Amino acid sequence: MDHYDSIIIGAGHNGLVAAAYLARSGQQVLLLEAADVCGGLGRKREFHPGFQGSVAHSVSHFSSKIANDLSLSSFGYESPTNSLATVGLSSDGQHTVVKDGRVEGVGEKDAAAYQEYRRQMRRFADALSPFWLKTIPRIGSAGMSDLMTFGHLGLNIRKLGKKDMREFMRIATLPVRDLMDENFENDILKTTLGWDGLIGSKLAPRSPNSAVLAMLYRMAGESEGTHAIPAGGVAGLIDALCQSAKASGAEIRHSAAVSRILIEGGADGLVATGVQLADGQKIMASRVVSSADPKSTFFNLVGVEHLDIGFTNRIRRLRCDGYVGKLHLALNGAPEFAGLDKADGRMIIAPKLDAIEFAYDDAKYGECSRNPVMEIVVPSLHDASLAPENQHVLSAHVMYVPHKLQGGWTDAARVAIGDRAIETIAQYAPNIRAQIIHSEFLTPADLEADYGVTGGHWHHTEMAVDQMLMMRPTYEAAQYGTPVPGLYLCGAGSHPGGDITGNAGHNAAQEILR
Amino acid sequence: MTTTDPYAGERLKRTAFYARAKELNIRDAWAAWNGYKFAEYYYDAEYEYFCVRNTCATYDICPMQKYEIKGRDAEAMLNRMVTRDVKKIGLNRVAYCVWCTDEGRMIDDGTIFKLADDRFMLTCGSPCTAWLEMSVFGFDDVTVTDVTDDIAALSLQGPTSCATLKKMGLQGIDTAKPFDILYFPFQGDTLMVSRTGFTGDLGYELWIKKDLAIEMWDELYAAGDDYGIQPFGEAATNMARLEAAFIMPAMEFNEALRTVNFEHDQTPFELSLGWLVDFKKPHFSGRSALLKEKQRGPKYTLTKLDIEGNRPAAGSYIYSSKLCTKEIGYVTSAMWSPSVKANIALAMIKTDYLEGNLWAEIYYEKELRQYSRVARCTRKTKPFWAPARARATPPPDH
Ligand SMILES: Cc1cc2nc3c(=O)[nH]c(=O)nc-3n(C[C@H](O)[C@H](O)[C@H](O)COP(=O)(O)OP(=O)(O)OC[C@H]3O[C@@H](n4cnc5c(N)ncnc54)[C@H](O)[C@@H]3O)c2cc1C
Repeated sequence: MDHYDSIIIGAGHNGLVAAAYLARSGQQVLLLEAADVCGGLGRKREFHPGFQGSVAHSVSHFSSKIANDLSLSSFGYESPTNSLATVGLSSDGQHTVVKDGRVEGVGEKDAAAYQEYRRQMRRFADALSPFWLKTIPRIGSAGMSDLMTFGHLGLNIRKLGKKDMREFMRIATLPVRDLMDENFENDILKTTLGWDGLIGSKLAPRSPNSAVLAMLYRMAGESEGTHAIPAGGVAGLIDALCQSAKASGAEIRHSAAVSRILIEGGADGLVATGVQLADGQKIMASRVVSSADPKSTFFNLVGVEHLDIGFTNRIRRLRCDGYVGKLHLALNGAPEFAGLDKADGRMIIAPKLDAIEFAYDDAKYGECSRNPVMEIVVPSLHDASLAPENQHVLSAHVMYVPHKLQGGWTDAARVAIGDRAIETIAQYAPNIRAQIIHSEFLTPADLEADYGVTGGHWHHTEMAVDQMLMMRPTYEAAQYGTPVPGLYLCGAGSHPGGDITGNAGHNAAQEILR
Repeated sequence: MTTTDPYAGERLKRTAFYARAKELNIRDAWAAWNGYKFAEYYYDAEYEYFCVRNTCATYDICPMQKYEIKGRDAEAMLNRMVTRDVKKIGLNRVAYCVWCTDEGRMIDDGTIFKLADDRFMLTCGSPCTAWLEMSVFGFDDVTVTDVTDDIAALSLQGPTSCATLKKMGLQGIDTAKPFDILYFPFQGDTLMVSRTGFTGDLGYELWIKKDLAIEMWDELYAAGDDYGIQPFGEAATNMARLEAAFIMPAMEFNEALRTVNFEHDQTPFELSLGWLVDFKKPHFSGRSALLKEKQRGPKYTLTKLDIEGNRPAAGSYIYSSKLCTKEIGYVTSAMWSPSVKANIALAMIKTDYLEGNLWAEIYYEKELRQYSRVARCTRKTKPFWAPARARATPPPDH
């Protein structure tokens, strides 16, 4: 094949989703992935012989529409029915457990307040839900369908009723801290519920901006924000996406890093005509769709000489520094957390909101948190194939680990933060050190190097009000098209953002097929 | 250096020629330009203007911003910034350029001096550091240095300017074609001379290391004594440039980066500078917006007007009929031109109305009473003042 309809850069889950949709529509699609396997941050990672994890370790709002459209069930993926309990670990073993719309381990008052809180957040999340699977029109667009989208958004918010609408407007950009303090007394309940507003962003409980919106984003869809590990793990989902894309006719090449997006100039201006691979090979296409992050796409692959100066500067100032580190432990048995029968939930270590705030303060000034906070799952309890028999994998997202560490990252610095994370876990699972066969810690700088994501950022670029909706990643590239005709974006740096949702890939494909 | 002056940071800076300029500024008519003390006029604006047109005169352009742009990617970086093809600028040549926002609105105009394949000088009226910093981002090998304070620059304009420079010993200066750059040894250093200027007449600009500024001035003034050399200030410059139909910031155009209101800035097409926009060159900032603008046609067009009567039409509105019912534009600069002997103006006129009748409503004051009259305007296609000597090489001798 010497000419494709679409070349997609990056076979992360968004690239796969976009490829599958485009191929299904009849396009000749080539998907080029730098790594030797598909999946991006969701791909399987053997971090010790026989022990597998993935950077993204649970799924909270993967779109069931996409799962249906792409017939993922025929490729082995089932929308998980059994969601993980979210467990706020307490050093005294009196944990706070949120599961199936109820909370345990807190006083009556908090338990009741949680019901009202949940009702309201669900209503808000529902009002926003339809927009994660839609292109957000550019401001000033007068196209009918664009106006409908705006109208629909307005209407949905209006439909909340006066009281809830006002409340929505009030809380949408509230710091997590205020929302939690207003509703609850129990410290661990506050950190457990607030966690999803913070993880992945450069935000702490007291940061104003977008934590509540991020929370609502994650509550979208039928899973209501609960997390799950699908059968076969995150990698199982990736595998189903891969098979679906291939079955629809998309061609996938691994170990095929794109080094340049080919751009030709003509009387009408520039147009993307294909890509050049690291080995020099050129492949031509009618369009190029990049799931690499916006900075990498525009600066490493396109080149500023093909972009306007103002646009370049807006991409340049995107905030892309990741603050989440990844800890993988290979264990010789199931971890034993005091007060927990089985560590099969999503466990949060953050004794109070101030603990998160202080952990953030260190990172804000370029240091690793002295007392890190984290989220832990044990994927091998859900998918036995991930570790040898009776052995286990512990996977933790550790905050806050700055991409730009003061003095730069060294092996010693990596070991130190990894150790501190293990030390923190040991406060809740005293036996853990004795169980460790092997450990690996990935800093955001490591994630950048291994996964090709600028800053090692969870969402490719910060999820904050100024980088959301029709401003994600920035205007003139927020509708998946870019100022370079024939070049599209389809990754987490586009609306609606990161996590394993498939939304950006879906929306980009719809935009291309429109 | 310690100072006891509590306002030291607030005071206007002095240019490299200040020691001489202050002696000649008999009226103490100082204004400010980019933080420099700068002559509005020295003795009398009209007198200075006549020197520019009849003998020769010097204009202190030290406050003009000068940037040295160096490195393997300097050309590519500039080419992506300005609308002209920088590749086409020959070595030791100068090109007039404009640069625009992504929306195709003009940020500023200026000149690019190609000093070597990997070294350029960019000059412009207002500081451009922030935009340059943004423009450089993403290029591997290019540095921008603000050399405004290191280089003293003096513009020598007028029919006897070439003769003056010859007398000063700049052998071969008469071979310089418009926009050429020549170099001459000067006091163990180098004097750079470009055949450029802002008066539309024969003229040169002299560029020298700041420390040698006064020596150069003295030699120039000694040589120019027989050729009627005089300093001229901002007011005379403004007259001369209007006759040449050159644009001025804050008159013809509002710098885009300082414009608050929507489209209160201008595109090069509106300013009749479409010839500077090269759609055949590699990509440049604002290209797609400018292509649309070109295809659609500019909303306004900067137009040269010859206006009935002798009252300058400063601040006038332009109408499509004598009844002044339909406003179609506004005058940006106006004067009675002594050289052309005409009442001239530049005006921004809605392009759709260009072909029709043009009337200016002229406001004037007589002993505290306000009057207005309506005068017919005629469009001019050529600059009002464009003597053959401005282009001739060698220029006519004196
Ligand atoms: C530490 C961490 C933990 C996370 N945990 C979770 C979680 O538990 N649950 C969840 O939902 N989300 C999680 N996320 C977020 C989630 O992983 C990402 O938002 C998501 O993977 C984005 O998907 P994507 O397809 O847009 O991009 P990616 O997954 O980043 O995939 C992009 C792909 O493009 C490839 N690529 C890049 N450049 C090139 C090139 N030049 N040529 C060829 N290929 C290229 C890369 O190799 C990569 O495979 C986590 C993120 C991080 C950093």
